[in-house]
Amino acid sequence: MATGVGEARINRLAYLYTMPALIIMALVVLYPFIYNVVISFSNMSLSHFRDWRLVGIINYKQVISNADFWYYFFKTVLWTALNLIFHVSIGVFLAMLLNKDIKGKSFFRTLLILPWAVPQYITALTWRGMFNSEYGAISLMLDKWFGVHIPWLSTEWGAFSACLITNIWLGFPFMMIIALGGLQSIPDELYEAAEIDGASWWQKFKTITVPLLKPVMVPAITLGVIWTFNNFNVVWLVSNGGEPSDKTHILVSYVYKTGFTYFRLGYAAAFSMVIFIILLLFSWNFIRKTKATEAVY
Amino acid sequence: MRKPRELSLAGKIGAYCVLTLFTIFSIYPVLCVFSISIRPGDRLLTKSLALIPQDATLQTYVRLFTQEPFLQWMANSLIVSAMVTLVGVGLAATTGYAFSRYKFRGRDTAMVGIITTQMFPVTMLLLPLFIMLIKLHAYDNYIGLVIAYSATALPFTVWQMKGYYDTIPYSLEEAASIDGCSQFGIFWRIILPLAAPALVITALFAFMTAWSEYLVAAVLIQDKNLFTLPLGLKTFQSSMEVSWGLYSAGAVIVSIPVVVLFLFLSRWLVSGLTLGSVKG
Repeated sequence: MATGVGEARINRLAYLYTMPALIIMALVVLYPFIYNVVISFSNMSLSHFRDWRLVGIINYKQVISNADFWYYFFKTVLWTALNLIFHVSIGVFLAMLLNKDIKGKSFFRTLLILPWAVPQYITALTWRGMFNSEYGAISLMLDKWFGVHIPWLSTEWGAFSACLITNIWLGFPFMMIIALGGLQSIPDELYEAAEIDGASWWQKFKTITVPLLKPVMVPAITLGVIWTFNNFNVVWLVSNGGEPSDKTHILVSYVYKTGFTYFRLGYAAAFSMVIFIILLLFSWNFIRKTKATEAVY
Repeated sequence: MRKPRELSLAGKIGAYCVLTLFTIFSIYPVLCVFSISIRPGDRLLTKSLALIPQDATLQTYVRLFTQEPFLQWMANSLIVSAMVTLVGVGLAATTGYAFSRYKFRGRDTAMVGIITTQMFPVTMLLLPLFIMLIKLHAYDNYIGLVIAYSATALPFTVWQMKGYYDTIPYSLEEAASIDGCSQFGIFWRIILPLAAPALVITALFAFMTAWSEYLVAAVLIQDKNLFTLPLGLKTFQSSMEVSWGLYSAGAVIVSIPVVVLFLFLSRWLVSGLTLGSVKG
């Protein structure tokens, strides 16, 4: 920790320094959060906008008992899991290659982080264009080289795949860079010693690379899950707001739709709370579990 | 025996093949956008896959700047981004310093709280914001946008600044204190100049957050004259058949500065991320 903290300077100045930022965070985050909690227990909607009243946990009951919720929940988990599997495996794999003695390493590294650098909404809109069934580059390529025609944006799972491919493109550089940082800090001697003991490639990977990469990857994966679970931009912009016929949603885009196009505000607020609680439970458990296994080493 | 980082010849060939393949995957969409932006107007909807079209032309760019309100959007985005940068840097500089140097009640809670905000689904903040705006009739106002963006950028910038302050030795402050420098003087005249590199990075990060945000702007801004770049570009895209070229040209111009900044910054971004996680 910081050198100064050990001195335990308790000071009013500290409050002065943190106050402005905390006020802004409170204004934009804490206040809406509390507001959100309150309306999640209310019947607020377009017809009850000003004369809303508290109605208890009806909204929560509705969320949980709605078949759509479970359907989109399943889809969101699938979406998050597939994305993370691809992000981490591609990222770690490329990082391992870039960690070898190869000429032109920094050239490859720079080009490989490009997807991370492009603003997310541009990525999403661009990929939507590339999936266009008539003039999109992907459709043209598949048609020309393989003679296949996939209706990307007009079917439910086609659109899901389109979002998935877009987000894989977007997300692997982050994992790659984090993994590369982790790999570079593993001393070569460990691998040399293992080689002398006659360890196979797989044994070295399993007993050196994975455990030593874990402390860096666990926080990155936690963040990755949170970001992907809540990734509104890609799903909304690639599927143009849930097309076809509101099938292509994850939980967060579905809430947006109920909140901002159907104006069921109380319901949407309760829905948002449920998403938040899911993520909180996940992160808490995931970090605790991975810390627990760390203690074994 | 081979060194751990050395590859056999076959391994090397394999590595180059894989890296090349993924590099093509990474840059193809970017090249694609660029290619569309230099197509002549009558051939926007071509079925050709050539990256450099026949009769490449810059006419779309000319049209973008002369016949569309692109410059207006750009000015709007610049205003918003500049304000966010100012607010973001100022707040992260002071808050990060307090987190790094002082032990005060609520410190740990505040630091964990800042991280927890990352788990809020975006609708949780948008919905109340939206309701408040309707009630106050406060649509189409940049102040709301600036505050919202600053709050978005803050968690990361605060942690980034704290991580950097942690690396500045405390003995410097003690020495200054013995020389009779006030507490604020130490922060303002000694620590802040030393943290200049981190401040630059924080500033660029805050700028990029505001420059590239779509959703909050879509909810808060309805007036076409106040549109920021993301909102403007989306209008091109919604009538894809007509304005594919305009969208692409706009995307190229909007992306170039952030992409260059990002590639330049990526080293520090990562150290900020890992510092925060390892120490946190």
